[in-house]
Amino acid sequence: MSVFLEGIAWLFSPDRLSGPNPLPERLAEHLGYTLLALVIAAVIAVPLGYLIGHTGRGRDLAVGLSGAARALPSLGLLFVLTLLVGIGDAPVAATIVFVVLGIPPILAGAYAGFESVDRRVVDAARSVGMTPLQVALRVEAPLGLPLLIAGVRSAALQIVSTAVLAAYVNLGGLGIYLQRGIQLRSYDEMIGGAIVVVLLAFAIDGFFALLQRLCTPAGVRVAGGAAQTTRGRRHRRPATPRGAAQ
Amino acid sequence: MTWILANLGLIGDLMLVHLRLSLIPVVVSILVAVPLGRLAHRVGWLRGGVLSVVGLLYTIPSLALITLLPPLLGTPVLSDVNVLVALGLYGVALLTRSVADAFDAVDADVVRSAMAVGYTPLRRFWTVELPLAVPVIVAGTRVVAVSTVSLVTVGALVGSRNLGSLFTDGLQRGIVPEIVAGIVATVVLALVLDLVIAAVGRALTPWARVSGTSGAARRASRRRAHRAEVPGTAAEDAVTGGGAA
Amino acid sequence: MIEFEGVRKTYPDGTTAVDGIDLTIPAREITVLVGSSGCGKTTLLRMVNRMIDPTAGTVSIDGEDVGSLDPVRLRRRIGYVMQNGGLLPHRSVLDNITTVLRLNRVPRAQARARGLELMDTVSLDRGLASRYPAQLSGGQQQRVGVARGLASDPNILLMDEPFGAVDPIVRAELQRELLRVHRELAKTIVFVTHDIDEAFLLGDRVVILRTGGVIAQQGTPAEILAHPADDFVAGFIGADSGQRRLRVVERDGARIVVDRHDRPVGLLDADTPAHSDRR
Repeated sequence: MSVFLEGIAWLFSPDRLSGPNPLPERLAEHLGYTLLALVIAAVIAVPLGYLIGHTGRGRDLAVGLSGAARALPSLGLLFVLTLLVGIGDAPVAATIVFVVLGIPPILAGAYAGFESVDRRVVDAARSVGMTPLQVALRVEAPLGLPLLIAGVRSAALQIVSTAVLAAYVNLGGLGIYLQRGIQLRSYDEMIGGAIVVVLLAFAIDGFFALLQRLCTPAGVRVAGGAAQTTRGRRHRRPATPRGAAQ
Repeated sequence: MTWILANLGLIGDLMLVHLRLSLIPVVVSILVAVPLGRLAHRVGWLRGGVLSVVGLLYTIPSLALITLLPPLLGTPVLSDVNVLVALGLYGVALLTRSVADAFDAVDADVVRSAMAVGYTPLRRFWTVELPLAVPVIVAGTRVVAVSTVSLVTVGALVGSRNLGSLFTDGLQRGIVPEIVAGIVATVVLALVLDLVIAAVGRALTPWARVSGTSGAARRASRRRAHRAEVPGTAAEDAVTGGGAA
Repeated sequence: MIEFEGVRKTYPDGTTAVDGIDLTIPAREITVLVGSSGCGKTTLLRMVNRMIDPTAGTVSIDGEDVGSLDPVRLRRRIGYVMQNGGLLPHRSVLDNITTVLRLNRVPRAQARARGLELMDTVSLDRGLASRYPAQLSGGQQQRVGVARGLASDPNILLMDEPFGAVDPIVRAELQRELLRVHRELAKTIVFVTHDIDEAFLLGDRVVILRTGGVIAQQGTPAEILAHPADDFVAGFIGADSGQRRLRVVERDGARIVVDRHDRPVGLLDADTPAHSDRR
């Protein structure tokens, strides 16, 4: 237990603001990688997911892709891409890996969100004369938003976790404390770094949980999320992978 | 390519070690998650608490969890035990929700009818509810197995010897094929384990094979209901449903 | 004979499903509990085999308070049939029918033989014995449910809207079959339905319940039709809408029974006109 106290002491030491690895800088780096990759992944995956959800085509492919992505070891992916593009361009390699890992959950969230919308609601929207685009943007997108955000939440956690490994290709981030701690046997640094990483993950998870709640349309919230789990369709709701753990 | 051919023995050896490191946490997480998920299914007020704790557990990045465990467990930092425990915890986190969902999905009418014909609660659990929950539990176990195989590689960063060692060694020595071999071997291992678990699941649920999933059965009954509205075909249904009366 | 005395059921949320019911269900007859949803008919039925325990009052079978009996043992000697059969989807048809026998430790071979006999009783082809329930039609599944209910040769058979989920033609056939089986075996049958026509067709006695779990009227179908106790019963059985007011008219040389709106509902028996002509 004393190791934990040492870790916490390390965390609150004034040295964290100076030296070669100031904590705010490494935290900003970590968040920067995460945010950049998340935005790129969303720009690619959201329209694609909506297209799949709206047309129902390519769904099997998307499901297969997210299954395959789970099997891919992100550490190996990061290392091999870094070697291939050259260690000088490691940020590019890392960003590609983060984006690749972020796409499947967002894709799943986007099409699951569309699919979760009660077909009768969609039919009703069409019957009052909405164009397919209007149906997608005014009915399916807002009703599917909570599930999309659940997907983005998974992707963010996946990327935050993987970004811890970036230290091993000299990209800094919060993982640097873990790497140094393990290599130099300085356990206060290792534990202190791990605590920051965990807190960051919790904070991001909490942020998206809140966002998810805020983005549930009021009418759906009142109904206890009924539109999300219309009974007959429940078995088709694809399990949006929660969390990350890489 | 030459590196791979020269090191086939090493790759095979690491695959076996890797398989062992993956199987232990998967088995342990099934043994822990089934009672835990069942509890969450049965006890309403526990459900929210249990599921949010396991959900939070799953958000912890793996390298952080592996490095936080030694002071908690009293193990050396470079011990496989930390990796095994961390992966077991992730497995429990993932599978507990699946198990709770699996028991939720068992038709309440079937449970009630088992109760009505006089099953004792214990017997009802073992011979009715658990078998009927198997398909969803198997689906959850497949996800756990695949992600566990992939996560074991992170253990290489804390000195665990497995396919991930090919990544760290390959990066240090700049051998691309070594890392690629590690990735391919990991994916193949995950795929094989996935297929084996799926096959076990099918063997355990012969009733699901003959008629497809419960979803298919539901669709079939909806089709029947629809047919009944059409004159003529309803009579045909009555014939097949009527026997020799 | 099943007796309910001052039976009440109140749920923790404050809703009252059954409100002080006294009712005697005679042996070897079909008694139908009928009413719309929320009238407590299913609650009442499930009190007999202690699926639900009353908040107050007693339920007794042949003078024995069921509250004093072990619920599991009690359920094994009472047949129970529910909507969709309530069959175990992972067991074959024969295994489903012999469930109770196996629970009562009847040897496998003996249970099997009895199960096949029961398939004959409910007019199911023995060739279906090894199928799974999902491979059967809705009507066949319901027959399996009845066979299972009869397996341990219980004195009492509880039927909870058993024919609610099958189409009208199959339902009519199952109803005829039930009456035949009852003629042969003479069990005490308690049958729950929301369909008043089904109640009048099957019931030796009919108990009409109203929302809130009180008895509106009980009696034979003829008694209830002849003297509805109040407006609620009259409305429920359709007497006030003229649905049950029938008269005979002569059309195309046949005597047709029509309702108040002159819609034909049936044909008067061929020898009846001759008989009435003589009068």
